[in-house]
Amino acid sequence: MASKRPNQLFRNMNAKVSAIPMIVTALFVFVGGTAWTIVYSFTKSGLLPRMKWIGLDQYERLWGTKRWLIAIENLAIYGLSMLVLVFVIGFILAALIDQKIRFENTVRTVILYPYAMSFVVTGLVWQWILNPEFGVQNIMRGLGWQSFTFDPLYNAEIAIFGVLIAGLWQGSGLVMVLMLAGLRGIDQEVWKASRVDGIPAWKTYIFIVIPMMRPVFITTLVLVVTGIVKVFDLIVAQTGGGPGIATEVPAKYVYDMMFRNNNLGQGFAASTMMLVTVAIIVVPWAILEFGGKKNNG
Amino acid sequence: MKTIRSLLVASTAVCSAGAAGAAELEVMHWWTSGGEAAAVAEFAKSFDATGNTWVDAAIAGGENARAVMVSRITGGDPMGAFQFNHGRQAEELIEAGLLRDITDIAEAEGWLDLVNPSTLLDACTVDGRVYCAPVNIHSWQWLWVSHQAFADAGVDVPTNWAEFSAASGALEGAGKIPLAMGQQGWQQSGAFNVMMASLLPSEVFLSVYGDKDTEVAGGDAVATVFDAAAQARDMAAKSTVQNWNDATNLVITGQAGGQIMGDWAQGEFAVAEAVAGEDYSCLPGLGTNPRLSTGGDAFYFPVLEDDSLAAAQGELAALLLKPEVQVNFNLAKGSLPVRGDIDLSAANDCMQKGLALLADGALLPDVNMLATPDTVNQINTLFTEFFADKSISAADAQAQFVDIIADAE
Repeated sequence: MASKRPNQLFRNMNAKVSAIPMIVTALFVFVGGTAWTIVYSFTKSGLLPRMKWIGLDQYERLWGTKRWLIAIENLAIYGLSMLVLVFVIGFILAALIDQKIRFENTVRTVILYPYAMSFVVTGLVWQWILNPEFGVQNIMRGLGWQSFTFDPLYNAEIAIFGVLIAGLWQGSGLVMVLMLAGLRGIDQEVWKASRVDGIPAWKTYIFIVIPMMRPVFITTLVLVVTGIVKVFDLIVAQTGGGPGIATEVPAKYVYDMMFRNNNLGQGFAASTMMLVTVAIIVVPWAILEFGGKKNNG
Repeated sequence: MKTIRSLLVASTAVCSAGAAGAAELEVMHWWTSGGEAAAVAEFAKSFDATGNTWVDAAIAGGENARAVMVSRITGGDPMGAFQFNHGRQAEELIEAGLLRDITDIAEAEGWLDLVNPSTLLDACTVDGRVYCAPVNIHSWQWLWVSHQAFADAGVDVPTNWAEFSAASGALEGAGKIPLAMGQQGWQQSGAFNVMMASLLPSEVFLSVYGDKDTEVAGGDAVATVFDAAAQARDMAAKSTVQNWNDATNLVITGQAGGQIMGDWAQGEFAVAEAVAGEDYSCLPGLGTNPRLSTGGDAFYFPVLEDDSLAAAQGELAALLLKPEVQVNFNLAKGSLPVRGDIDLSAANDCMQKGLALLADGALLPDVNMLATPDTVNQINTLFTEFFADKSISAADAQAQFVDIIADAE
């Protein structure tokens, strides 16, 4: 009797007790708030939440609204381009810095510095740089190239790429630092072995080093993707959704519906759609990534 | 210990005594342009003279300001008083019991008899109770024309929209922007609504926004307004400013031929010391169908727990409609007073035109009184898009407009 196994529930009591506030917060604020939002997205809530059931009306209106469709399209364009470019630029910068260059600290700081700025500052700075009257276009014309035209923020077709430039400028530094940490974690023996075998450096990077950096890539991916889905302040500061509605994004649609149109129901429906979209992408991937590992030991 | 406690008690007593005599009332509004700031200073001056303190909390841009106000009130951190366009914007706040019923003050001050036109007070009234103090009448239906721009272009100053739009080629030839327009949805949809109210008989405006009649909204008459809006889009193509007062400034300095904007633009002309009839002309109803919509600003008062603050709210509410405050405020703001019994002989040419129309009863309700903020903002989005993207035809825009009206309540 004396050797009875201690109850699993009471193991590591200190850790469990100290985690309770966070667990409660997570349950009530995140799970509870999400459930509440989804429920009220089926109601006719205006300025204040009202339990007046209208079924799928909010969703019908949402998918019939051109502004929402443009917002989704923009998020897809911005998201995919951002994802690919930020990884490519970040990794190349990290690989270059990893060549044991001089003044590494200085270069690293300079490149990471934009990340320390808020999106509002980034947005305003790039709004000015891309403004044809006092930005890049003006400088190039001042240098004598009179026909030079570069005004992405004033052309509805490509305005979202103007925002992308600002996003890349800010985000690349972080990816670079994470990648650099990953590269530094690769055993030098790997490099020596590949050199002995006469494998070119670029092949070593792509076929040996990058697969070894998988955990770093996953962390970076999560950080970058969450940053993309929630993009809002950059748009508000840089373009305000304009010209016209060319750079609207879903998060801004949600905000405007809730606080400007006084139509909470519509805002909730839009934010639920954002959640569903993220869930469709993330859940299968998370199951593959984390669920699989557990089974294989 | 005892001494400390009695000290604390004494200091609390001093604080509360101070608050009872002179409360600090936080007033939120979005009056930030030159003329507007001068006007709101008149309120602050009169309120401070009562011994209370006006704590000014101005937020630039009506849309931003409304978002902040609503979230503060619903979030349980109400300010002392706030400006809204009266109409349906505050509807739900009243239903939720968050705004103070000021019927007692309205009755004591006799607002029922003196507010003219009475529709202003109706817009403040829900179920027979008064919830806001209207402070001015603003009408949207004005075309402001720069005399200098037309002199430079060698064309006579137009007297109506048809003449104005016919002159756009000459204006452009003289290097002018024919029509100044800020790149914000409310300005663009506002200009469209002005065209609808002015270029067509008033019944059309009323059946579209009042009855939400989709057949009229999709009909041939409204189609002509969309064509006029497409024309206005071409005329405003070179106008890249954002704020309405920056666009007004283009007219004041003669860089633009004209601007469709409400009578609040008047305040900017006054600040720039331009003279009506000499430097600029104002054409009510675009010179075609002189009719004014009686929108305007009103102050609402959130329910507050603190008695001294509530008393100060009452004083402010009563003060806003006092004759001398009305005169000073409205002269600075360029708007019309809400009471018909005061002397506005100091008003200039343009305001006199407005007063005459008011006296004739050539009036229309404002869109904000007929449509919910949801509908108004959907229309704003439509016109932001329409004015920014030339590939959208007038017919496409009209089809989208009909959808919005069909969904409106």
